[in-house]
Amino acid sequence: MANTMARSFLQAVATEEVATPLRVVQIEGLVILKIIKHCKEFSPALVTGQLLGLDVGSVLEVTNCFPFPIQEEDEEIEADGANYQLEMMRCLREVNVDNNTVGWYQSTMLGCFQTVELIETFMNYQENIRRCVCIIYDPSRSNQGALALKALKLSDSFMDLYRNNNFTGEKLREKNLSWVDIFEEIPIKVSNSALIGAFMTELEPDTPVTQGDYDRLQLSTNPFLERNMEFLIECMDDLSMEQQKFQFYYRSQSRQQAQQQAWLQKRRDENKARKAAGEEPLPEEDPANPIFKPIPEPPRLESFLITNRIANYCNQINGVTGQSFNRLYLTKALHDN
Amino acid sequence: MAVRTVLQFGPSSATASLTAKVNPLVIFNICDCFVRRPDQAERVIGTLLGSVLPDGTVDIRNSYVVPHNEFSDQVALDIEYHHTMLKSHLKVNPQEAIVGWFSTGLGVTGGSALIHEFYSREVSNPVHLTVDTSFGSGEGTIKAYVSVTLSLGDRPLAAQFQEIPVDLRMIEAERVGFDILKTTAVDKLPSDMEGMELLMERLVSLINDVYKYVDDVVEGRVAPDNCIGILISESVACLPKLSPPVFDKLINDNLQDQLLLVYLSSITRTQLSLAEKLNTAAQLP
Repeated sequence: MANTMARSFLQAVATEEVATPLRVVQIEGLVILKIIKHCKEFSPALVTGQLLGLDVGSVLEVTNCFPFPIQEEDEEIEADGANYQLEMMRCLREVNVDNNTVGWYQSTMLGCFQTVELIETFMNYQENIRRCVCIIYDPSRSNQGALALKALKLSDSFMDLYRNNNFTGEKLREKNLSWVDIFEEIPIKVSNSALIGAFMTELEPDTPVTQGDYDRLQLSTNPFLERNMEFLIECMDDLSMEQQKFQFYYRSQSRQQAQQQAWLQKRRDENKARKAAGEEPLPEEDPANPIFKPIPEPPRLESFLITNRIANYCNQINGVTGQSFNRLYLTKALHDN
Repeated sequence: MAVRTVLQFGPSSATASLTAKVNPLVIFNICDCFVRRPDQAERVIGTLLGSVLPDGTVDIRNSYVVPHNEFSDQVALDIEYHHTMLKSHLKVNPQEAIVGWFSTGLGVTGGSALIHEFYSREVSNPVHLTVDTSFGSGEGTIKAYVSVTLSLGDRPLAAQFQEIPVDLRMIEAERVGFDILKTTAVDKLPSDMEGMELLMERLVSLINDVYKYVDDVVEGRVAPDNCIGILISESVACLPKLSPPVFDKLINDNLQDQLLLVYLSSITRTQLSLAEKLNTAAQLP
């Protein structure tokens, strides 16, 4: 009897290893306000901060956060940064705040956050924490009236590939991984304690129109769209450069193959001549010959990231223009009346 | 010939113009700390950070809680913790300095005077903010006090907590949306289009209300109020007076610009999918 009990306990412990997939990120209103304040204060500079919370089943709860100071490009400040983090976590622990790091947040400018640094940071965090998430906040888009908050994490298949540094075309085709699969966006839920709810209900002003509405009804979106287009054009330039690199690679590879064939043909002819003359045939391969050296394939990571960025800009432009249509028709109707 | 010494209040002219502006983040922080307080503590105490604006208003922008122990009339504050947190916060934002302290609970108690004295050693004229989390008087009251010295003739007698007006700048909270911040759980953040939709509905209902009001006044059902009438006529006059063809041209130009951008972004998307197909599908024999 005891044996079966023990086995079932072991079984239960063993099956715990399968992690439930992260389905939703639950943020507290306090964290949202803190992130907004920090990012807005330092915009247009980009800032980061740490997220603290709990990891419960398929929900990642974020209950508090603290900002990171802007780091100078100095080696000795590195230790300072780590010290700062430890001190903050220790102090927060004393006042019963969850001491668990669950990720980090960063601000971005018009959505150009898909960079290699982001992926590197993700890999660093992933080594220590089982589940971590990155929250991106865009203060320039929030000036248009929408709350531009996103929770991201790297998809598992991408992480495996990146860890093995296996970024060739065949591997990608094998796993059917395209640029869409790098980042996964997780839906955000907001929760507040009842006390805060009571206060906010109390303090809510009586006007039926809020500041958010004023922001949304602004007719002048031109500066925002202009900057979006600028970034889009720059990214297209980068993408075309990457394309050229690929084309060069393919061309040189096919050229190399042609050279190899020609050399092989020459060797075969030579061998025939030597056989006819009764000498030893030369080997058909010559690893010392430079035309046999395999050309390294350029990494596809950068082009994937650029593609992601471009898609983001396109989405943003679509969103903003959709809103502008609404506003223009509204103005038209008002004027007609 | 009785010489009457009058109880004088300290420099009241300075405090008369003093107001405190509180960021909603501070309220959130205080409530969150209160919910997380250790079981035996009745209230939480902490430091307020911010700056003093040139016109004398105290702008309270951030806060952190400081652990403390309170006995009958003795208060022990963890000063080292307070200094450590202050240093950490200053690293991030050097402009935020101590401007005062907060405590939960209605009104001021005896212990508060001691704590206020401690804080007045750190900064001159600290502001004491009380946030009533127990909703004692039936509503959540947020009050701010400054210390004013009472002097009898020339001799300082005591210090009095004098209330100063509090201005809750809820602009940030409004931007996020009170719907999100009010309820205990929101299932998802509203997207752009949904926000636009809600906004349109609200605008339409507002216009309907104004319309109904003007109708009522014309019919004589409601007594006309001159101020409201002036406001309405001013807002209607705000619409730019352009002749119809000029206005149409303006709108159409804008529309065409936006359409062009949408077209551009669709082309870019197509280009992206083509490029991807070419890149990954190309293989050499």
